[in-house]
Amino acid sequence: MVGERKWYIKVITIILLMIGTIFAGFPVLWMLLNSFKPNAEIFAWPPVWISENFTFEAYVEIFNDPEKIRFFVNSYLVAFTVVILTLLVSILAAYSFSRFDYPGKNIINTIIISVQAVPPITLLIPYLGLIVTIGLYNTYGALILTYLLFTLPYAILMMTGYFNTLPKDLDEAVMIDGGSRFRALWNVLVPLSVPGLVSVGMYTFMLAWNEYLFALALTKTNEFRTVPVGISLLMGQHAYEWNQMMAMSILGSLPILLLFLFFQKFFIAGMTSGAVKS
Amino acid sequence: MRIETETEPKTIRRLQSNRKTQFKKKSEPYIYLLPTVILMIILLVIPIFMVIRYSFYDNVIINKNPEFVGLENFKEVLTNKSFLVAVKNTSIFVGGSLILHMILGMTFAMVLNTKYLGTKTKAIFRVIFSLPWMFTAAVIAVLWKLLLSPNGFINFLLVELNLTTSQIEWLASRDFALFSVTAINIWAGYPFFMISILAGLQGIQSELYESAAIDGANSVQSFFHITIPQLKPILISLILLDFVWTIQQFALIWMTTGGGPIDATEILSTFIYKQGFSQYEYSMASTSAVILLIICTIVAIFYVRHQRGSE
Repeated sequence: MVGERKWYIKVITIILLMIGTIFAGFPVLWMLLNSFKPNAEIFAWPPVWISENFTFEAYVEIFNDPEKIRFFVNSYLVAFTVVILTLLVSILAAYSFSRFDYPGKNIINTIIISVQAVPPITLLIPYLGLIVTIGLYNTYGALILTYLLFTLPYAILMMTGYFNTLPKDLDEAVMIDGGSRFRALWNVLVPLSVPGLVSVGMYTFMLAWNEYLFALALTKTNEFRTVPVGISLLMGQHAYEWNQMMAMSILGSLPILLLFLFFQKFFIAGMTSGAVKS
Repeated sequence: MRIETETEPKTIRRLQSNRKTQFKKKSEPYIYLLPTVILMIILLVIPIFMVIRYSFYDNVIINKNPEFVGLENFKEVLTNKSFLVAVKNTSIFVGGSLILHMILGMTFAMVLNTKYLGTKTKAIFRVIFSLPWMFTAAVIAVLWKLLLSPNGFINFLLVELNLTTSQIEWLASRDFALFSVTAINIWAGYPFFMISILAGLQGIQSELYESAAIDGANSVQSFFHITIPQLKPILISLILLDFVWTIQQFALIWMTTGGGPIDATEILSTFIYKQGFSQYEYSMASTSAVILLIICTIVAIFYVRHQRGSE
């Protein structure tokens, strides 16, 4: 009886594994395969899996187009700057939340948490005016500044949690030796928090790398546009260079894919922190 | 007497310096918080104040002296046909996404939690199952435009399997477009549920299942009497978070259908974007944006309460 039940659960499990693999994996495989086809074979009927004319042409064309390379440079530049600024600001804020008690702490904390509920589209209307007024329209600054709003809350919450796990004796030991609080934070807590910082940094990178709405509305020229906007522009332009769009999608997804593969644990810890409590 | 007069200035000085250090001590946490607070004021408090103010005025931004109209804008928006279509589409989009995210997330999480596979095999499948999570909306949009094109792979498959005779315009026909964008969003979003539920499943003590098995419970019974109740806090969090995220979805729809054909896939965010950035009706856009903000805020309050309660 028991053996029988195990037998069919096993079969169902295997079937579901196969369905899931096709469901999640096939579209991605299709993207990869199509990036190696000449554009003429994209809609061949019946579809071609691996073309006889297998080619890196789409990739070569992207790498030879300074405008497209610029999208990547912009994305990396914006994302890395956002990561660094987010880490700096969130370390300071998290230290304040973790080590002090003071009036107003809860209110500020609630405001920071509430950001997650604010739809970006609601902020976009006032942002456009503000960004034009400060003279940041169509600059990296416009993207970096506005991305901080969405990266900081998560970063501060994560880092506060991380600092809370580190005993207060650590900072007190530094202060007894005559060091300042700032030195305790910088020389002791920060080096101990590297795993937390990696998690926060990766999540921040991903948010900045993937952002579309602000990048679309707050930039005007390709000089400052990022990869997601670049891909969507390819969809509108030319007579649909599908192979190039697929190649650009692969290249545009590579940083996140690599981060996920090599730092899966950090990645998952970060992504699930909103719903799962340990 | 003499001694007192001598010590007095000293104590005063000490008191003053005490006050100074006390002030320094008291202000210290605020100094660490200062960059965050400044950013939050510029990027959150002022803009929200602005957009709420816009919603009570007519001809904002374009006209230098907009006219205060009270709740007129809200009346206008809430009776606007396109807005109501957007609300209806958003409800279908959000509802469909939420239900299927939950079903797929739960199913795949349980499959990945199986005892029949080794740790390494499970890790490989976990990566494959998480794949959709790793792509930005722009990539997901082009990829599915390719797959769902009339000459695309999905139609080829359906024709080969004799499920349809004609090549369906998945994203360009009024009948299928909303269904298609919802399906794409389901594909894009289920891994978040899967990974979170998987973490939850791994946290359930195996003794619970063992004692249930001894009591003669079958797997369906233990699913409903152990798994679901144990996961309940996570599931509620997931639903609330996903609601807020899905109702704000813009990029995916904007890049696949742009809200069309006509208004078949118009959701609140694309409606607001069009009102503001192609028709320059900033008052209408602001008012709709405020309505969306109110909905999200209400859900967020539930979320925060839930999170606090489960602590």
